[in-house]
Amino acid sequence: MSGLYHAWVYLQSEPLLGLTATLLAWQAASWLDERTGHAAWSNPIMIAIILLALVLIASGTSYRSYFNGAQYVQFLLGPATVALAVPMYANLGTIRRNFIPILLSMTAGSAVAAISAMLIVEALGAPRTVVISIAPKSVTTPIAMGISQDLGGLPALTAIFVLITGIFGGLIALPLFRLLGIRDRRAQGLAGGTAAHGLATARLLLESDTAGAFGGLAIGLNGLITAIMVPLFIRWLL
Amino acid sequence: MVQALSLLLICQLLGTVIARASGVPIPGPVFGLILLMILLMVRRGPDPGLSTTAQALLRHLGLLFVPAGVGIVNELDVLRTNALALAVALPISTLLALVVTGLGMQFLLRGER
Repeated sequence: MSGLYHAWVYLQSEPLLGLTATLLAWQAASWLDERTGHAAWSNPIMIAIILLALVLIASGTSYRSYFNGAQYVQFLLGPATVALAVPMYANLGTIRRNFIPILLSMTAGSAVAAISAMLIVEALGAPRTVVISIAPKSVTTPIAMGISQDLGGLPALTAIFVLITGIFGGLIALPLFRLLGIRDRRAQGLAGGTAAHGLATARLLLESDTAGAFGGLAIGLNGLITAIMVPLFIRWLL
Repeated sequence: MVQALSLLLICQLLGTVIARASGVPIPGPVFGLILLMILLMVRRGPDPGLSTTAQALLRHLGLLFVPAGVGIVNELDVLRTNALALAVALPISTLLALVVTGLGMQFLLRGER
């Protein structure tokens, strides 16, 4: 028994355990997501995070010793963000054809997303770190977390905000478009990708390929636009 | 694969150098994305190796931000203290962004098909 205990203590100090647990949790979450038929409320990222958080709390493992192993997964976020250029390049023709409408409506939508979220939490008494962490919440997680980290926010908090935004956006996008008479598929996709990144886009893709394509390009472009604008907003608002 | 991964890391490295040296608060990988974009425009598209590697990385993009998300175990107090502010801000800001972008784009594309 004490041998087992020593093995546990040893493993807790090693990166192997955190890394393995992350990959297993991800596979379990993906499997569950598939079982629900990729329902809008089901999100493998959220499920994996909850699973791992429960394991950490139940086993009394600190986040620091978990992250000792999980950092190797996190490291790949950098190259993956750079790799987003490849699907964006595939959409270059579409972007060029509608350059002005895309740029104007996305800049407006992106600014509204960040500024309204920042002003509301600030008005309701949230501290500066929360105001910064919520600013990039409409952006796809890797870029949002990068922005949050660089500006003095809490990347973990940002990840949760991004997720909630995506789930909410995926649920209300289509009813809202119907209500407001937004019937143009290109406008639908662009709005979904800008306001609620990949989760809304995945939902819209089920309705229309055009909406999916515009959602995809909005995800990448909004990452860029937000990364450029949010530092300015923070300077003006905080 | 190795060549493509090296290219991605070189872009990220140069991007990080640009971000640090210029003092512009944009994440290094975002500069790296722009650099790769320029390279792809010059080369008129990715080679098959880069396409495959990018696809492989992006297919499991979700997995890559699980570790940071688990950091929530350290932030539960922050969530609890600011629950009301967040419950108001997240839905409203998302709704506003959907409306502004959607109506704006539809208006700017009007009459064209």
